[in-house]
Amino acid sequence: MGAATGQTASLTAPRKMGRLNRFDNPWLNIKLVVGVIMVGSILLMGVIGPMLVDVDLAYVGRSPLNLPPVGFENMRGEGGDPTHPLGTDNSGRDMLSLIIIGAPNSLLVGFVAAGFGMLGGIILGFSSGFLGGMADDIIRLSADITITIPSLLVLIVIQSLIPVQSLLVMAVLLSLFAWPQPTRLIRAQVMSMRESGYVKMAQLSGVPTSSIMFREMMPNLLPYLAASFIGNTTGSILAAVGLEILGLGPQRLPTLGRTIQNAIDNSGILRDMWWWWGLPTVILIVIFIGLLLINLGLDEVANPRLRKATRQ
Amino acid sequence: MAPPVLEIRNATKVYRTSGGFLSPKKEVVALQDYSLTIEKEPASITTIAGESGSGKTTLANVVLGFTPLTSGQILFHGQDLATMNRQQLLNYRRNVQAVFQDPFGVYNPFYRIEHVFDTVIHHFKLARSGNQARDMIEDALNVVGLHGVDVLRKYPHQLSGGQRQRIMMARVYLIKPEVIVADEPVSMVDASLRAAILEAMLSLRDELGVSFLYITHDLSTAYQVGDKINILYQGSVAETGTTVQVIDQPQHPYVQLLVESVPAPDPNIKWDTEIELPDEEVLRSATSTGCRFYPRCPQRMDRCLEVAPPLFEIDGKGHEAACYLYEDEAQMAPAT
Amino acid sequence: MTEASGQNVQRRQRKVLEVRNLRVHYETPTGDVIAVAGIDFDLYDGETLGLVGESGSGKSTAAYGILKLVQPPGRIVEGDVNLDGDELVHMNDSDFRQIRWTKLALIPQGAMNSLNPTMRVHRQITDAIEAHEGKQDKEELRQRVLDLFRMVGLPQRLYNMFPHELSGGMKQRVCIAMGIALHPTVIIADESTSALDVVVQRVVAQTMLRVKEALGVSMIMIGHDMGLMAQMVDRIAVMYAGKLVEVSPVETIFEDPLHPYSQVLIESIPSLKERKPLKITEGITHDPRNPPPGCIFQLRCPFVMEHCRSEAPPLREVKARHQVACHLYNDDGSLIEGAKVEAAV
Repeated sequence: MGAATGQTASLTAPRKMGRLNRFDNPWLNIKLVVGVIMVGSILLMGVIGPMLVDVDLAYVGRSPLNLPPVGFENMRGEGGDPTHPLGTDNSGRDMLSLIIIGAPNSLLVGFVAAGFGMLGGIILGFSSGFLGGMADDIIRLSADITITIPSLLVLIVIQSLIPVQSLLVMAVLLSLFAWPQPTRLIRAQVMSMRESGYVKMAQLSGVPTSSIMFREMMPNLLPYLAASFIGNTTGSILAAVGLEILGLGPQRLPTLGRTIQNAIDNSGILRDMWWWWGLPTVILIVIFIGLLLINLGLDEVANPRLRKATRQ
Repeated sequence: MAPPVLEIRNATKVYRTSGGFLSPKKEVVALQDYSLTIEKEPASITTIAGESGSGKTTLANVVLGFTPLTSGQILFHGQDLATMNRQQLLNYRRNVQAVFQDPFGVYNPFYRIEHVFDTVIHHFKLARSGNQARDMIEDALNVVGLHGVDVLRKYPHQLSGGQRQRIMMARVYLIKPEVIVADEPVSMVDASLRAAILEAMLSLRDELGVSFLYITHDLSTAYQVGDKINILYQGSVAETGTTVQVIDQPQHPYVQLLVESVPAPDPNIKWDTEIELPDEEVLRSATSTGCRFYPRCPQRMDRCLEVAPPLFEIDGKGHEAACYLYEDEAQMAPAT
Repeated sequence: MTEASGQNVQRRQRKVLEVRNLRVHYETPTGDVIAVAGIDFDLYDGETLGLVGESGSGKSTAAYGILKLVQPPGRIVEGDVNLDGDELVHMNDSDFRQIRWTKLALIPQGAMNSLNPTMRVHRQITDAIEAHEGKQDKEELRQRVLDLFRMVGLPQRLYNMFPHELSGGMKQRVCIAMGIALHPTVIIADESTSALDVVVQRVVAQTMLRVKEALGVSMIMIGHDMGLMAQMVDRIAVMYAGKLVEVSPVETIFEDPLHPYSQVLIESIPSLKERKPLKITEGITHDPRNPPPGCIFQLRCPFVMEHCRSEAPPLREVKARHQVACHLYNDDGSLIEGAKVEAAV
């Protein structure tokens, strides 16, 4: 028996041991990788950009007005200036600096809001799934109600009542609408995992409840959490940009939404200053597509049935 | 005399399902007034057999402490499971273990196989040192014919179903509990590997004195390894006795039907009678007062509807059936 | 009586289904898993053939190959399936859809979960009929469904019920009714009673037997329960790791299994007749992507010989109607000289 076992092991082991071999590794999903590169390059721009470019140019009056990007002409027939390669707006803000500061700001608002939402979701979802009964009813009901509230409308009301001047406060306000989804997701997963064989086995092995939550359940939740986090990030950025375009939110901090709002308010479209509203829009599109790809990729990682089946 | 290892006294479990908004709550009696005693010596394999809905899975869940009883008690060395403190509960867990049906679901897909062993060694403080732990794991794996190098660093999906179930047997071997609830441990394992799992049960019983509650729908494996058998029908015991007595000479009409329906692995012995199943409606309308088998019983009597029959002794050797047919030929068995 | 059985024998010599060199692979990133490695068998008119083997032996995949229901990443690599004169593997899809159900019906695994929960029972059956035969007269259809109900032993009041109102055994019988609704030539039943309780399983199994007799259809029963096989089938085909290792009349194989794997299978059936010591066999299999040269059973075979490791034994007839793929036997079914099989039992 022993000899036979050894024999098969040597026959099968080299092929089967490679969980991290490059074909088997689900994390090397093409969508995920491209998405991460897209979003990562925006963040990288925020880190490296300030070292190469004088980002103070992002504030009013530092540069000549209404310059087009290098190689183009504005309506007055002026050409671009190499010190402002992407042009300037009508208050003398350098577009390149605006984007270098604004894009990471917009992305960070999204990440922070989704992060708070996730934290709430983890706490509420686990409580709901584990405690059951009354606590579960209340949490589930409030999550369901919050999801049906049109968040942008409420945010507009809040922000017009209390003028928000900090990105952090903005993110916290957005997170008020980012918790129900992770809560529901975690609740559902926790409830099904509670009945699973391995959680029962852990209970039988004397594992305390806290360890069951964090050591047995949490790792299996990670892909779902990541996907939900990214989804919420997208939603929060969209809400933030929406508010900014409506002229709400922090007034002095350069963000992509604020730049687009400036362009609209100052007839950037009529004046044919496409770089003013167009460049931030392109960056937003890159961010959204990047996040979408990450989300699709994570979905495939978390849900093997979407992957190309590799059944034995 | 020392109290038995495990004693189940008049256990009743009623599930209340909220019928939803504005609809009445329903009650399902999953286990009714069930009693069972497992003595320390000699270690035994007690089969709990029945079809789906007979309450056998509920029994496993209450014994393992996953769901509380509605009424009745589960006593471990005389101590009630419901009143145990943290330390006592940990001791109970250490001594009342389980092997489940699905050898895949019991593994956390995130971890390697070694996690299973590390967890129990850590929480039950089974080893003093890492070296000792490694030796214990290797010993346990060897008992079921496996080697640490072949399996410990693998992920559950990289092993076959048979290997996974044998590792579960190695896990209980490592813990060395007093009682193991084996819930359909071979029903998802291929025929050729079934024997290895059953053999492991026998050697745990004979070498380590571990008693089993072998929960199954499969009478033929129970016949091969079981010492005593309890046949459940809709939450109550229909017949009980030693495995050989009950299966060779079934007395309760339901058990007779059950034993006769097991397909004989012999092409020359075919089922000779056609049977019909009663309508679902009839079965559902069976009242909780009388005998639950009444709607299907070929030998039913009017009195079966009045009060559910208690267990009647058949032969004075522990063979009992819950059927009025045997009231005359035996004095009533003491209600256990 | 004798006349009838004579007719039976004659019928049973006519092949309704011929499977030749059927090969099904599953694509994986680390190479193709060979699920069915080129199998040949025949199904005779009116007979029931049991296809047995453990999980992963390819028995279900073989059936799905015949039905052309292999889902990607699986694919039929090669082979011929001839049903009553129609070549199935290379037939185009629209022609084949007509044949499925009308000539070749499937009662799938866990069939009771395959009913549409939002459709009344009779609609599920009439939809299947109308999909193949076009619009029908309402009253005629109703009569047909009720006839089917009678045949599988279902009460008429089920006609207007929803699947969730039925028990598992009843749902299973509804699936049988669907399977026979179009009078197929061949029914393939894939583990169709294995999720049922013993008593219910018996009722459903007996229903299937009765229906099969009444309609005179041929049936392939896929399963792992040898007891059930003994009750239901005429011949057994044993599959191991994608290959057929033995094909034999059911009485013969239970009495005298030839292939060492069949011996294991028969030996390991737990019996209600006698308590016998358990026979343990090591369940070691090769990597299905990379089978060893020679016999597929060599890693587990207790009687393995030198040339089993190099030369694959073909499936050949060694006794009347009894085929085996094993080097241990001469062409006349006797053991070869020097075979060490004493340790067998």
